[in-house]
Amino acid sequence: MMNTRTMRKYVAVGAAAAMSLAALTACSSNGESADGTTTLTFWHNGTADPILSIWQDAVDEYEAQNENITIDVVPIQNEDFATKIPLALSSDNPPDIYFNQGGGLLATQVQSGQVADITELTSDWIGDLGAAAGNWSVDGVQYGIPYASQVVGFWYRTDLFEEAGITATPTTLAELSAAVDKLKAAGIAPIAVGGKDRWPDAFYYNTFAVRECGEDVLKQGLADADLSDPCFTRAGQAVIDFIATEPFQDGFNGTPAQQGAGSSAGLVANGEAAMELQGTWDKSVMQGLTDTDLNPLLGWFPFPAVEGGAGDPSATLGGGDGFSCTQEHAAECADFLEFLSSDEIQTKLVESQVVAIPVKEAASAAITDPVIKSVYDFNSEAAYVQTYFDIALPTGVGSALNDAVANLFAGQGTAESVAEAVAAAK
Amino acid sequence: MSTSSAAVATSVTAAAGAAAPPRSTRRRSKLRKRLELALLLGPASILFVGFVFMPLIAAAYYSLFDWNGFGPLTDFVGIDNYTRALGDPLFQGAIGHNLFIVVASLIVQLPLSIALALLLNGKIRGRTGLRLLVFTPYVLSEAVTAVIWLSLLQPHGVVDGLLENAGLGGLVQLWLADQNVVMFTLFAVVTWKYIGFGIILFLAGLQGVPEELREAAAIDGASPWQTTRLIVVPLLGPTIRIWIFLSIIGSLQLFDLVWIMTLGGPAGASTTMASYLIDRGFRRYEFGFGSAVAIILFIFCFVFALVYQRFALRRDTQGALTGRVE
Repeated sequence: MMNTRTMRKYVAVGAAAAMSLAALTACSSNGESADGTTTLTFWHNGTADPILSIWQDAVDEYEAQNENITIDVVPIQNEDFATKIPLALSSDNPPDIYFNQGGGLLATQVQSGQVADITELTSDWIGDLGAAAGNWSVDGVQYGIPYASQVVGFWYRTDLFEEAGITATPTTLAELSAAVDKLKAAGIAPIAVGGKDRWPDAFYYNTFAVRECGEDVLKQGLADADLSDPCFTRAGQAVIDFIATEPFQDGFNGTPAQQGAGSSAGLVANGEAAMELQGTWDKSVMQGLTDTDLNPLLGWFPFPAVEGGAGDPSATLGGGDGFSCTQEHAAECADFLEFLSSDEIQTKLVESQVVAIPVKEAASAAITDPVIKSVYDFNSEAAYVQTYFDIALPTGVGSALNDAVANLFAGQGTAESVAEAVAAAK
Repeated sequence: MSTSSAAVATSVTAAAGAAAPPRSTRRRSKLRKRLELALLLGPASILFVGFVFMPLIAAAYYSLFDWNGFGPLTDFVGIDNYTRALGDPLFQGAIGHNLFIVVASLIVQLPLSIALALLLNGKIRGRTGLRLLVFTPYVLSEAVTAVIWLSLLQPHGVVDGLLENAGLGGLVQLWLADQNVVMFTLFAVVTWKYIGFGIILFLAGLQGVPEELREAAAIDGASPWQTTRLIVVPLLGPTIRIWIFLSIIGSLQLFDLVWIMTLGGPAGASTTMASYLIDRGFRRYEFGFGSAVAIILFIFCFVFALVYQRFALRRDTQGALTGRVE
């Protein structure tokens, strides 16, 4: 017979085993609790104020209006989204609402079967968002809702331009080079680029391609993931030539894009570099990295025209930010997204300058800053806005393109190597 | 030394056999032993099978498909993912970078940590404080280490400033942005982080070196250098062998530091096998291919571990891992 001590030991071990099993299974709760409230998880990339508070306030307000809904807000650093989303979408428990940039990225995610079709759920009000919502539909099915449009252009420091004696913003590549030379002569790093993260490098290739290629060639090339047209080679060569003029800050291949004062956004925010080719969102990122009020110090100009290029100089690279829903709580999610798209929240986003180009036209009335207004007008008048290539292409191909451009920035590769990398990854 | 411990183990077993209890008790104790084994090993086995063994099998299975992580596995490609990985210059480079860390660790960290351990083993003022100090970096997580060094190594940052103020401005490099420098930078950070672990390990090993042997050697006229070289270091053998084992496995799996500090760049100059695997799997959504890379990395580590256990660690682990208990 077992004595009591051994008995106790077995009981303890058994309990421990049971507990660890329970701990394993406890992970799989799915949001419905006994008292009838539904908990939604909400992943967004607004990790710093003001957007962090805007989303949190919106959630608080929504929860107050809908007593049966609780929203679990999870801010996730932008660069981490790339690795977290595929894992979440292949699990049984993806977030109910998550940040999404649409395009080929969304199309790839749709293959998981987890992204909810919200065509019906949003049909009453999606028309208010205009053309911007198109980038969140795949084969005519709506899989998400944008809250902002973005265009890529040069943010620059008016004070540093003045210091270097630059009187007008560059409108041609030659003028940009002249500005770079003047800034260098004044001892200022002309352009900051976040080469470590690779996608900021790709903005140069993408924009040069928008300038070099006609619209049809560009759209077709990206649709087929085939960049063999000579205009893409010219874009590759333009990048190589541009890098050869040494316009970037020291060690740009190791610089992150938007994390910390040493990032490319941080360098411009703190007056250590004069320009950065970035999306419209960059102004709010920069403001988050300095205590100085950047409103009087920041200007914006579009990527200069490229002589001899077939592209319309008013066309631009851009995209948008939005949210998608997953299957389980699609209806609740769509309702929340309608709330987020309200004129009121759109206006808040505009007022805080997190968003320069709201998807609701009504909110544009809140734009007071002349620089932001110029960005907004540029977008309205653009011949067309080409989605960032890495988002437009299927994800694997898009990352391969970014990597190949980053290699050019590190001095490796030829004018053709981006097209070759895209062909190899297809 | 190890032979004698094996002899002791054998005699203990023999003694246990001689004092065997009567049959009925024995049967019950056998049942009890099984129950005990099941209960004690059960939870750990479930966790091991669930979180180590099953994922391994799953990865091996995924690695045979062209699969983006979503939807069913339909596109069977056989060993194509493996040949593609092994044929990719970027992956070959990654293997090279791992091997660089392996070799550099053995050449630099091993002698350095033994030397520092010997130093800290001597009777010096503030010994406890110094021991604490060298061990501190090891306590930090790799992520924290990476973020700290990332800030310090910024161009015109703290490290550059220190060098310039020390009159060594000529040594300033683009630590993380220069393809020819970045691996050395990473190795320096790895060394900074893990040297404390080596030192603590060797300090523990040194406690097992009997004072009498040193005294005897001193009486026989051996110089301190001779004592160290001929008596202390050979007696540290088991510790050195286990340190080498841990160091090589760690070097082969290097990831966190690289991912946070450079993302494997610039132009793949600091890509390791693990960072390549994450980059392909999660950033490019090539989960089949990524799984193949994971299996290759696993085979690397597993084969090394087996060979090393068989030939280098055998004497140290005899009785514990290889000997029969019953």
